Amino acid sequence: MRDIPRWILLVLHYAVFAALIGFFSTRPVYRQLGPDLALIKLSFGHAGMHKEDCHKLTPEELAKLAANMRQPVSCKRERVPLLVELELDGEVILRQSLPPSGIAGDGESTIYHRIEVPAGQHDLTARLRDSRREEGFDYESAARVELAPEQNYVIDFRAESGGFIFP
Amino acid sequence: MRRAARILFELIDRWSERVFTPELNPLVQLGALVWYCYWIVIVSGIYLYIFFDTGITRAYASVEYLTNVQWYAGGVMRSLHRYASDAMIPVVTLHMAREFVMDRYRGARWFAWGTGVVLLWFLYASGITGYWVVWDRLAQYVAVATTEWFDALGIFGKPIARNFLNEAAVSGRFFTLMSFIHIAAPLLLLFGMWIHIQRHVQPRVNPPVKLAAGILATLTALSLIHPATSQGPANLDIVPASIGLDWFYLIILPLADRYSGELAWAVALGFSLLIFLLPWLPALKQTPVAQVDLENCNGCGRCANDCPYNAITLQNRTDGKPYKLQSSVNPGLCLSCGICVGACHAASPFRREPQFIAGIELPDTPAAGLRDSIVLASSGLHGDIRILLFNCAAGPDLSSLDDPELAVIALPCIGMLPPSMVDFAIINNHADGVFLTGCRDNDCKYRHGIRWMQERIQRRREPFLREIVPRERIDQYWAGASDLAGLTLRLSAFKRRLRAMPIDNPKTDHA
Repeated sequence: MRDIPRWILLVLHYAVFAALIGFFSTRPVYRQLGPDLALIKLSFGHAGMHKEDCHKLTPEELAKLAANMRQPVSCKRERVPLLVELELDGEVILRQSLPPSGIAGDGESTIYHRIEVPAGQHDLTARLRDSRREEGFDYESAARVELAPEQNYVIDFRAESGGFIFP
Repeated sequence: MRRAARILFELIDRWSERVFTPELNPLVQLGALVWYCYWIVIVSGIYLYIFFDTGITRAYASVEYLTNVQWYAGGVMRSLHRYASDAMIPVVTLHMAREFVMDRYRGARWFAWGTGVVLLWFLYASGITGYWVVWDRLAQYVAVATTEWFDALGIFGKPIARNFLNEAAVSGRFFTLMSFIHIAAPLLLLFGMWIHIQRHVQPRVNPPVKLAAGILATLTALSLIHPATSQGPANLDIVPASIGLDWFYLIILPLADRYSGELAWAVALGFSLLIFLLPWLPALKQTPVAQVDLENCNGCGRCANDCPYNAITLQNRTDGKPYKLQSSVNPGLCLSCGICVGACHAASPFRREPQFIAGIELPDTPAAGLRDSIVLASSGLHGDIRILLFNCAAGPDLSSLDDPELAVIALPCIGMLPPSMVDFAIINNHADGVFLTGCRDNDCKYRHGIRWMQERIQRRREPFLREIVPRERIDQYWAGASDLAGLTLRLSAFKRRLRAMPIDNPKTDHA
C-alpha cells in the first residue's frame, strides 16, 4: 500500500513521456503554403547554343596537330548561359541567367524555381534565350491560367515540343 | 555553468530514483535505452516490411492495409516503429547532454563522442527516409523538401527535386531507391553503434528488464491510444499546404524550405562540426596515464579485466621473469582513473618496503603514497571515533566538512582503492571505520569504479577484501557532486553505529 503513490507517479512519468512523443510526432501542424495561395514551379533542363561555331582547320593548322588528332573541323564545347524570364500579370517576377553545367561548361543549364502566387486567374508569359544573341529571346509563350488554392502548377520547357509547356 | 548543470542533472536523478528506483532510473540508462528503442524499430520494421509494397503506386495502399485492416498487429507495429524511432531522438539528446555535463567526452573518450556525432546523421537519414516510403501527403512534403534541400548543395547535374515535380514526373525507380536507403541506413547505424561502444568494457546496451517492459508498455499504449496514421495519399499536383510534421526528425526541412537550403546546411553541418570538436574545446588536461612496473607485475590480468576502457592488454613476458604474461597500457586509451591500481594485488599496504611499487601505478597517485596518506590522515584524527573517508574526484566537495573525527582522502576514482587499503586502515587500527563516497551510484564517471569496489568488498571480484575485516565498519554513500546533505546524514548514522560497537579493533600484526 505504501508503494501506491510511487506507482501513480511512475505511471504519470511514463504518461508524460508518451504524451511528449505522441504530440511532437505530428504537432504542431506545419503550414508550408498560406491559404489561398498556389505554387508555380518553373523547372527544366536545356542546353544552350555553343559559344562559338565550329570552324574548318587550315592545312597549316592541321599540320601542327599530331597525325591521329587531325580532325578537319574544330568545335569548342562551351555553351552560352540561358536567360530565362517569367512574367506574371504583366510584371517580371523572375529574370535569371542559367550557366551551363559541367566543368567545361558544356552541359545543360537547369532551373528549379518556386513562386508562391495568390490563387485565381493569372496571365503568364515565359521567355528563354538560348543563343548568342545579345537582345531579345528565342522562345516566348504565354497563357492565361486559373490556379486553384494549393495547386502545384509546373511550367516545363522542351525545345522539341516548341518551347514552354503550360499544363 | 557546467557544475550548475551537473547539480541540476543530479537533482533530477534523485527525483527519478525515487520514482523509478535507483536501479531503474532511466537517466543512467540512456545509452542502453537508445539500443532498446533501436531493436523495437528493427523488429517492428521487419514485420511491416513483410506486408509493405515498395512500388510507388501500391506503397500507400499497403500501409493503409496495415494501419486499418490489420490495426491490431500491423497498425500497432507501425505505431511502435514510429514512436520508438521518435523516442530515440530525445533519448540520444539527453544522452549527449548528460555526457557533456558530466565531462565524460574528452580525452580518450573523444572516440565515443565523435562516433556518436556521426551516428546522428545515420539516425536522421534512417528516420527521414522512413517518411518517404509511406507515400502519403507527409511523404510528398518530405520527398520534395529533402530533394530541394540536397539540390542546394549544387552537386547534382540536374536538380533531383525534378523527380517530384508533378504526378507525371514521379519516378518509381527513385522511390524504390529510397526504400532501399531506408533499409541500408539503419544497418549502417547499427554498425556505427557497434563501433561507438568498442572502447568500452561491458557496455550497457540492455536496460534492466523492468525498465524495458515499462518503455515497451508505454509505447504500446501510445500506439493504441494515438496510432500513427497516414495523411492522405500523395498527389504531386497539389501542394500539401498544411501537414502534421514529425518534429523529432523533420525539423530541418521547414528551415530549408522557409528560409534557404544553404542556411539549413550551414546549421546542420555547423552544429555537427561544433559538437564533434567539443572534446578539444578545450582539450582535457589529463594526468599521467597508468604505468606498468614489471618488477612487480606477475601478469595476473586483473588490471586488464577491470579497466573499463580496454586500455590494458596482456602480452608475452619481455623481461625473462618466470611469468607467462605482463600487462601493457595503451596511453591513447587510458583515462588515468586508477581502477587498475585497485585491482593490483601488489598495491597492498601490508608490503614491507617503505616505498613499495605496485604492478601498475598512476604516477601522480602512487600506492605507497596512498598508504602514507592513510597513516598521516589517521594521526590527525581526534575524537571518540576515527573515520577515514575516501572520496573520488568527481564526488562531492567536502571542504566544508570540519570534523575532527573525519579525515578525507581523495582519489581519481573510488575504484582505485585497493581493498587491502581498507583492510590496512581498519585492521591496523588507523581508523574505526572507513567511509566510501564519490559519483552517484550507477553513474560512475569511469563507468565501473563503484561496482568493482563494491564487488571487491563483497568478495565477488578479485582482489577480495579479507573476511576478517568487519564489514559493519565500512559504509558507503554515493553522493555525486550535489548531495552533501544526504552524505552528512549517512555519516552521522555511521558514527552512531561505530560508537555502539566494541572499541577494541581486531588489530593484527602483519609485519
